Amino acid sequence: MTTAALIMLITVTGSVTAITVYFFWRVLKTPPKE
Amino acid sequence: MSNTNESWGSRIGLILAMAGNAVGLGNFLRFPVQAINNGGGAFIIPYLISFLVMGIPLLWVEWSMGRYGGVRGNHSTPFIFGEMGRHSFWKYFGVFGIFTNIAVASYYCYIESWTMSYTYHTILQTFSDMTQQNVAAFFDEYISFEKGYFNEAVIFYLICLVLNTWILSKGLTGGVEKVAKIGMPLLIIFGIFLAYKGLTLGSSGAPAGCIDCDGYLGLNFLWEPQFSSLYDPKVWLAAATQIFFTLSLGMGSIHCYASYVKYKDDIALNSMSAGWMNEFVEVVLGAAIVIPIAAGYLGLDWVKENAGFSMAFKTMPFLFSKWGIVIGTFAGVAWFGLLFFAGITSSLAMGTPWMGFMEDEFKWSRSKSAWSFGLITLIVGLPTVYFFHKGVFDEYDYWAGSVGLMVFALAECILFAWIFGVNKGFEEINKGADMKIHSFFKPILKYVTPALLILIFVGALVTPKGNDWTGAIKNGWELDPSSIIGKISNKNYSANRSYFADEFESEVSGMVTSVDENKKEVRISELKKFFVEEGKIKIAKEENYSIAFDSLSPVKTYSFKEGSNILIKKGDQVSPGTPLAKGSFVNDIFYVDLSRLVLVALFAFICFVVFLATKKRESTKLQTS
Repeated sequence: MTTAALIMLITVTGSVTAITVYFFWRVLKTPPKE
Repeated sequence: MSNTNESWGSRIGLILAMAGNAVGLGNFLRFPVQAINNGGGAFIIPYLISFLVMGIPLLWVEWSMGRYGGVRGNHSTPFIFGEMGRHSFWKYFGVFGIFTNIAVASYYCYIESWTMSYTYHTILQTFSDMTQQNVAAFFDEYISFEKGYFNEAVIFYLICLVLNTWILSKGLTGGVEKVAKIGMPLLIIFGIFLAYKGLTLGSSGAPAGCIDCDGYLGLNFLWEPQFSSLYDPKVWLAAATQIFFTLSLGMGSIHCYASYVKYKDDIALNSMSAGWMNEFVEVVLGAAIVIPIAAGYLGLDWVKENAGFSMAFKTMPFLFSKWGIVIGTFAGVAWFGLLFFAGITSSLAMGTPWMGFMEDEFKWSRSKSAWSFGLITLIVGLPTVYFFHKGVFDEYDYWAGSVGLMVFALAECILFAWIFGVNKGFEEINKGADMKIHSFFKPILKYVTPALLILIFVGALVTPKGNDWTGAIKNGWELDPSSIIGKISNKNYSANRSYFADEFESEVSGMVTSVDENKKEVRISELKKFFVEEGKIKIAKEENYSIAFDSLSPVKTYSFKEGSNILIKKGDQVSPGTPLAKGSFVNDIFYVDLSRLVLVALFAFICFVVFLATKKRESTKLQTS
């Protein structure tokens, strides 16, 4: 793979995965409302 | 108006069901193709910008409208719109939120049924000894009705529809939520397995002339950024459109799901979580399966020429068969299983608006509402099954699955930001929120999102020929047949424009290269320029003309019914409109107009039901006062 493609791939997939995990984690750790 | 106290069983169930609603076949088949056709890795820039300024705001709008309606006993868009807009005509914009779901479900279930059938055939090893051409021919035969009108495709369609209806009849927690909780994790596991296989397949299966072909070549092709493409409006329009479709915006199904959220519960964080989950499946998994595997076995040239929706059924089974019986079968089941779960979690969401409406307004039971949805979907859907080749499927997809969504999304955006009021709307979004939405998004929602939606709509209305936006003015803005105006005027039918005819006309230009009187088959070819590169013959572009040579290339093969008389002979030159055969013909344009009529009838029927519900509400109000 070329460097440009590799940078795009890692940056985008890494960011999207991290944001997805972050929001899902926030949902899991928020206590349910009474 | 209903007093139903039905609600989601758990927060995770709601998020998985919402993500499942958004994740569809397009995540795996449309996104990668859009990316390679629109700047590769650079496509992600307009794509993510569109997600931030249009996708996320619209998700908040739809979730909050749904919860707002649900609290007031409205679980579908006609009365949610009516109440928020405070004028009865808004109810009829809300009709789109039921109409689109039924119309899309009618053909979507057909694709879903293919995935069921292909899983079955993968287990039976039907594809194990087939060549790529045979696998493609299997699909063509599967959707044709040459062997009778009650074939396997119809049986699987009925099974799929009954399965959807039965799950819907089990209710939100007992049906939809259960499927989402099983389907979404399995979909992600299958996706990770296939992506891993795609990236580790090595170059052992590389095609002749490409010894370096492997999964990474495909990945490189997809992610290599062509930043110059960012100057092309077509790329921005394609990115915004992709975001719009991938999130299932403008359907009405998000409103319906959100209407079962309790008033005190969060929607801001939930919608972000479901939306980003869809992005993960699309950008991370969707980009890592089809293109890398196809590039590894068939080479980049093949991918460039053939990348598209049909690869899922016409190519992938052949590629999996190269992995041996055990892994090949598992990969096939994983692939079609993944597509099935992507499909069913979406099609279930399409059933709920109609059901919610009938339960609210006519006090129908969940079971009765579900089976009535199944019946209407079957009636609307059978033409797509039987006349798939005649263009009915594409017409449904175009008018209900594209144009309908745009109109509805634009209406809901104006209603929420301008009629209901953006300040009041933001209060609604932030009620019970576990993540406060910054007021920075207010002007985006009020100005940027509607402007983008208008751009998408206008872009679809007057798409220039060849989707060439940069040269459109220079070329006199000739419309593309796929533009809304082009579609209405049947611009893509240059011949055979009457419903019934005694003569069948050629739709293409070229030379007749074979006439088979026994099979009643005519083949038309045209002279094309080719050139040789690395021992392979390729179609020449302008820059290769100096080394190109002319050769006849088949353009179209026509097969006529027994009893038709062929009017041309080998060597004749034909152009659109040249009569090819004499007999009795029903042209495709008949089926296309018929499918439009079915859609209009469905819309009118739902309008009528909404009208009856309005009258019923008024008489109940009079009685109580």
